[in-house]
Amino acid sequence: MGENAAIAAILGPGNIGTDLLAKLRRSDVLDVRYMVGVDPDSDGLRRAAELGVTASAGGVDWLLDQSPLPDLVFESTSAGAHLANAPRFAEAGIPAIDLTPAAVGPFICPAVSAPEQLDLPNVNLITCGGQATIPMVFAVSRVTPVSYAEIVASVSSRSAGPGTRANIDEFTETTANGIESVGGARRGKAIIIINPVEPPMMMRDTVFCAIDPDADRAAITESIHHMERAVQRYVPGYTLKAEPQFDDPRPEWDGSARVAIFLEVAGNGDYLPRYAGNLDIMTAAAARVGELMANRLRTERTGEMSV
Amino acid sequence: MTTGDGSARDLRLVDTTLRDGSHAMAHQFTEANVRDTVRALDTAGISLIEVTHGDGLGGSTFNYGFSLVDERVLIKAAAEEARNATIAVLLLPGLGTVTDLRAAADLGAGAVRIATHCTEADVSTQHFTEARKLGLETVGFLMLSHMSEPGALAKQARIMVDAGCQCVYVVDSAGALILEEAGDRIAALVAEVGDTAQVGYHGHQNLSFGVANSVLAYRAGARQIDGSLVALGAGAGNSPTEVLAATFDRLGIRTGVDADVLMDACENIVKPYITRLPVMDRSSIVQGYAGVYSSFLLHAERAAERYQVPAHEILYRVGANKYVGGQEDMIIDIALQLAAEREGSTSFR
Repeated sequence: MGENAAIAAILGPGNIGTDLLAKLRRSDVLDVRYMVGVDPDSDGLRRAAELGVTASAGGVDWLLDQSPLPDLVFESTSAGAHLANAPRFAEAGIPAIDLTPAAVGPFICPAVSAPEQLDLPNVNLITCGGQATIPMVFAVSRVTPVSYAEIVASVSSRSAGPGTRANIDEFTETTANGIESVGGARRGKAIIIINPVEPPMMMRDTVFCAIDPDADRAAITESIHHMERAVQRYVPGYTLKAEPQFDDPRPEWDGSARVAIFLEVAGNGDYLPRYAGNLDIMTAAAARVGELMANRLRTERTGEMSV
Repeated sequence: MTTGDGSARDLRLVDTTLRDGSHAMAHQFTEANVRDTVRALDTAGISLIEVTHGDGLGGSTFNYGFSLVDERVLIKAAAEEARNATIAVLLLPGLGTVTDLRAAADLGAGAVRIATHCTEADVSTQHFTEARKLGLETVGFLMLSHMSEPGALAKQARIMVDAGCQCVYVVDSAGALILEEAGDRIAALVAEVGDTAQVGYHGHQNLSFGVANSVLAYRAGARQIDGSLVALGAGAGNSPTEVLAATFDRLGIRTGVDADVLMDACENIVKPYITRLPVMDRSSIVQGYAGVYSSFLLHAERAAERYQVPAHEILYRVGANKYVGGQEDMIIDIALQLAAEREGSTSFR
């Protein structure tokens, strides 16, 4: 870890928080100092403490009493908890990277989002399906207008947690919004399928984009490959399963042609199993956003010191 | 027995020509098709008529095929035509949403059938809760029921019933169940839910057991049975409603449905508009044989043509990989793999 590493806290010591911690411990620019929960019997707090991280079940009140305060906080609790905590972090001037569905701040996808977003007080990681597919929608829409984009995310039953199951509409609606606002499609649609096969299947994602019949297919293909490499920087198991497939216009497509992109997302196997690429891509994207923010903080500080 | 709508009958026949049939029609139903069919079914005494895109609310997509006419237009037309029957819509959580359901209820739908894979019933809780709030009749579909043993299936049925489902179905989406395999599953569900909900059966003809399984399902305690006119449905089609009506009549089991009116509708309304008669051909038999979701059929045929590989080989591999309803995108993926293997490389890349 570097000398000027930014101090980070993780709020929410569940499976996601624990996997995030494993990823952040490899970072040169982030120093996870605090793991915070609300349940003293939490396995996640115990695991963090064993790794030498200061762990507490004192919640956000405890965290905001610490000195030094964190430079940034990752929240992997629940939408309800983050809605309550977000104003506290904002008041304390601590940027928050939100892995819950609360969507207090704007959506962020590290392969796509503009650098200015790193200065925002609160950013939201959209959904797992969004992190997996929005980069590819963007890869197409930066070449040619996309009138409609549709994604199908297939995840293993074991990796679909109770929160997702209790409110699956939240996944489809939030992902569709992200496909539009971050991916750049005029209209977005998202579908999620939960498959119970054993051994569990890797996360699979298919992205369909409606494109102009005369769009430059070679340029689209090149952009898709470029994006694959960009996402691989933080999710090494993010791969195209086949070359992008172009289909000529059909009457039922209102004169549009179509490109189909077939993806597999294998996790890094840090704390979560490799098949849970859907969970891994959330923690990997959060870690990446955190690192980018930390780099920016460091530049600001170095700048201040040189004045 | 007196059922929800007050008529004296032993068994309720439910017609899904205008929903499962949507698969066989590649989702090209017109408003006139829907109005004519609903009028005939209503006249025949069918009390629940399902009208939706084949994959349920919101199913009009690249992945499942776009509807010729917006399903909301079709649902509204159906509700206008039905004098006695209730119009049902299908909803697959993960594809359709509560927002879609509210819109359908506003257009006159009176029932919703909420479908999940047979091991994933807990994704439907949100939708059952909302459906009951909307005052809709609720039905639960445990899709690809052949993939679960009776005891495990019954536990999933319990989750749906606890969430507000009034009738839970053994859905043989692959047309893979043979006789006792259907009856035993029904019996397990009836034993689990007791008097708190009804049990239903939805069959396909891929191995030609749709009607026979329906009789066994009734004997095991099922009180709602699905059919489609002329078997119009995914794969080799559904149990034909007109054959179910005639069969149960012969067995002295009262359905309150006039088989002659249904047969008349088949000849004069449905056959003139259908583009392909459901048939037990190589691909649809393989679906029953290998346990593949019936609506994959047309998608496999399209991918077979596009990538020059046999449709039945695609379907065999879908079965081996245990893909579930909704994973139509994986058909293209498999076709690409087969094409690559034929070219002698192990990967298409």
